[in-house]
Amino acid sequence: MTEVHDPLMTAVGLRKAFGRTEALRGVSMSLAPGEVLAVTGPSGSGKSTLLLCLAGVLRPEAGHVQYAGQRLDELSESQRTRLRRRELGLVLQFGQLVPELTGVQNVMMPLLLNRHDRAAARTSSLGWLERLGAGQVADVVPGEMSGGEAQRVAVARALVAGPRVVFADEPTGALDTLSGERVLEALLSSARDTGAAVVLVTHDNRVAATADREIVLRDGRADPRLVT
Amino acid sequence: MSLGHVLLGVLADGPAHGYDLKRAHDERFPAVKTLAYGQVYATLARLERDGLVEVAETTQGAGPERTAYALTAEGRAALLGWLEKPEPAGPYPADDLVRKTVVALRLGADADAYLRRQREVHLARMRELLALQRATDAVDARIVVDHTISHLDADLRWLETAANRLAEGRGR
Repeated sequence: MTEVHDPLMTAVGLRKAFGRTEALRGVSMSLAPGEVLAVTGPSGSGKSTLLLCLAGVLRPEAGHVQYAGQRLDELSESQRTRLRRRELGLVLQFGQLVPELTGVQNVMMPLLLNRHDRAAARTSSLGWLERLGAGQVADVVPGEMSGGEAQRVAVARALVAGPRVVFADEPTGALDTLSGERVLEALLSSARDTGAAVVLVTHDNRVAATADREIVLRDGRADPRLVT
Repeated sequence: MSLGHVLLGVLADGPAHGYDLKRAHDERFPAVKTLAYGQVYATLARLERDGLVEVAETTQGAGPERTAYALTAEGRAALLGWLEKPEPAGPYPADDLVRKTVVALRLGADADAYLRRQREVHLARMRELLALQRATDAVDARIVVDHTISHLDADLRWLETAANRLAEGRGR
């Protein structure tokens, strides 16, 4: 029988540099299934780089990420892409929606990439938009949405394929307190319902306080004394 | 925080007369109520009785005799013990967080560790308040909780900035 508390994801000794800037200098961490983890720290401390390494978007130069027993660096590019599409969801600060597509078309994208039937993908995407309180922008393009609406569409897109981990980089960073609260609540309650773990990069203390645990980064290292 | 801790904290700089202590305190914490001389002398007498301060020097000038007090080893230990404990996350006079940090720095104690412990206490309190807020639909109750959360948030930002300044200071 599988141990319930086995970590879903672990990172060991991650290092990543951009030119002469060392963004990560040996970060290790783990994530339990269904856990909500906040990653905090000053600007430039490596938070977003850590998130993108965990999400399999960036490749660390040293160290490795293991997800559900598999090392990401040992997967082929196509295996990694499939993993990103099916198991991992990503929400960025400004939503990063495709500007030419409507709300529902944006949400459908991961399902279409996973070769779901178009009609079924549309029904399921509309369901997610409704659930996140963004049903009214299903047929609206991002340029005509408010910041909060666009961010909810981005959350719906991250959740639609039923990921086991959702990564969110400053999901409330561009929003006022109440819009941020609604987006966060929508994200966390949906993740709770589906059992997904959530990794939140944030400067927002309300977001950090909502998490089960916090990792504080400083100069590309995790502060070992502040992992609560 | 007691006045005893306040005076011990100022004495962390070195021996001082009651008069100098009051002045140093009022200069260092301009945003808080100034100390009364009577309070200072009464508290110093109590601290001396408890062995937390001792007479460092007595001078006789033109005026009355002046006594300089110094922190004893016990006094220093009392301050360190006080620093071990984070403050409750309110309600409190906000300057206690500032005082603890400044005392930690003057003592050469681990100010970072204090700031981390305090952040944990504040975050835990914020977590409770957010849960309380989510549990109610009453707008007035939510607004009241917002007020407390905003103050906690301000303190958390200050704690973070202070930790960053310490890191920056070490980097220089």
